[in-house]
Amino acid sequence: MIIKDMMVRDVHTLSPDSTLAEALELMNIEKVRHLPVIDITGKVVGIISDRDLKEFSPSPFQPAESKKLYDTKVLDIMTTPAITGHPLDFVEEVAVLFMEEKIGCLPIVSEDKLVGMITETDVLHTLVQLTGATQPGSQIEVKVPNKQGMLYEVAGIIRKNHSNIHSVLVYPDQHDEQYKVLVFRVQTMNPMSVIEDLRAEGHEVLWPNLPSSPL
Amino acid sequence: MAKPSKLTTVEKDAVFIYSDELLNYRFSEDHPFNQKRLQLTLDLLTFSGAINESDIVPPRMATDDELNLIHDSAYIAAVRMAGNGELSKEKAENFGLGTEDTPIFKDMHEASARLVGGTLTAVDYVMEGKALHAVNLGGGLHHGFRGKASGFCIYNDSSVAIRYMQEKYHARVLYIDTDAHHGDGVQWSFYDDPSSCTLSIHETGRYLFPGTGAINERGHGKGYGCSFNIPLDAFTEDESFLEAYERSFREVIEFFKPDVILTQNGADAHCLDPLTHLSSTMKIYEEIPKLAHQLAHEYCGGKWIAVGGGGYDIWRVVPRAWSRIWMEMTGRFPESDELPAEWLNKWQPASPVPLIKTWHDPEGVYQAIPRKKEITEKNAQTIEKALYPLLKSKNQG
Repeated sequence: MIIKDMMVRDVHTLSPDSTLAEALELMNIEKVRHLPVIDITGKVVGIISDRDLKEFSPSPFQPAESKKLYDTKVLDIMTTPAITGHPLDFVEEVAVLFMEEKIGCLPIVSEDKLVGMITETDVLHTLVQLTGATQPGSQIEVKVPNKQGMLYEVAGIIRKNHSNIHSVLVYPDQHDEQYKVLVFRVQTMNPMSVIEDLRAEGHEVLWPNLPSSPL
Repeated sequence: MAKPSKLTTVEKDAVFIYSDELLNYRFSEDHPFNQKRLQLTLDLLTFSGAINESDIVPPRMATDDELNLIHDSAYIAAVRMAGNGELSKEKAENFGLGTEDTPIFKDMHEASARLVGGTLTAVDYVMEGKALHAVNLGGGLHHGFRGKASGFCIYNDSSVAIRYMQEKYHARVLYIDTDAHHGDGVQWSFYDDPSSCTLSIHETGRYLFPGTGAINERGHGKGYGCSFNIPLDAFTEDESFLEAYERSFREVIEFFKPDVILTQNGADAHCLDPLTHLSSTMKIYEEIPKLAHQLAHEYCGGKWIAVGGGGYDIWRVVPRAWSRIWMEMTGRFPESDELPAEWLNKWQPASPVPLIKTWHDPEGVYQAIPRKKEITEKNAQTIEKALYPLLKSKNQG
């Protein structure tokens, strides 16, 4: 998925002349943790996070200083230059960037202007959609040898049982790199016939896996 | 001089909603959802001497207006067309019809509206004071959505019944769902509604259908804090299940103070059920209605409506489990642990598995797993987290 399709377009911003007090108020009202700072042409010149604000906010132990501190210009406390992204970036790239740079948000820039914003929450939301967890379904995990054609084979068995697949994830096996774990979310309340067929074809179904009833 | 207090006379302790028409909700020969369960249960109660003709009330049909309380008109029209064989495959799929879970069958609208009508019949008996309790085992189809069939459910009788009680009787309804699957359809119907409250105790959705029912699903907007979920780990077993049920039921009812309780009694958490993994036994199906009964009297002047739900071992589990609801409502408990020989003799030939001959499960009905301590601990933590807002406000209050 590309960032253009998942970014927030209605972004709350500050100007370099805004004050710390204004930044605090905007974050409070809009319940956001990051505010990009843009100049009059719409160019991103910096970014302010809630952590920056905490650092520069007046201490309750020094009330005399507070007026001066609240009037501090954003220009003097923002992080600059800000790391930015492009509308055509991929969500995977952005996720890696968040991890490597230890940041939680990315202003998206096109033709030198701010056009949107993407945050950790948006990336997480996309992940939730990828896992199919928002639609009613059952989860089946199958351990398969790490070789070509396995997904095709397993999916074929699900198809034979007329079950619609919401999502597929492929993980490397944590313990043995010769294997992979295929995770399917299938739109059915009764995955038992799929599981029986998978086992009959010699596949290792990790879950559901029950001790057999003694009766 | 004191005026004589207005005495309300309730005619009966309980009514049992049933007619053979409920059996028409039938997807196919080998579909796991099989309403033969109703017949087997009623028969077991009859041979046990726990029920007679006068206890039984036939279900009415729900009207389109009543279904409309929850369901979209377009969806109702689609179900009706599907039942007449007039709905194209593509259109059907948009409504969740014609899938493996909810195949199309003849007159499916009528059959489904009958199940909803059964629950409404039960509601009217209780809310008009004609009976203290009522049970419609044909209901409890908690996966039905506003505009989509899901998980063996077409219309959602419980959702319709809750809205119906709100509008007709201005009642605050507490919905308790002990089916092994999350009661998603009912939860989403009232997710932003603070005048009803849902509590679902189920096997975690990490693997099991429908996948929802996490602790943090607490409601939305004004309804935030009126939706409760206790997702239990696989292999939970009786003790931990009942701890979750008792703790959460008591805390939630004390918080919500309902006028009436609606319980969904899916019997698929049993270890013999083919679709789930909670490893419980008949013990929980004795305790579940017992507490519902007690709390209904404590908080709601006895007003308690019970519906059925899941339950896919229809021979060995469901009839015994569901009989317990009626026995609890009426106090007509079995005199011995043996099931009536007449029932066993009548149904054993039809059953593909040897029937269990006693009300309680025989020793060793399931194979315990060694992780019990860990699972119990995990569940205990889940209960605490799910009830945290209630416990917190109690401590502050």
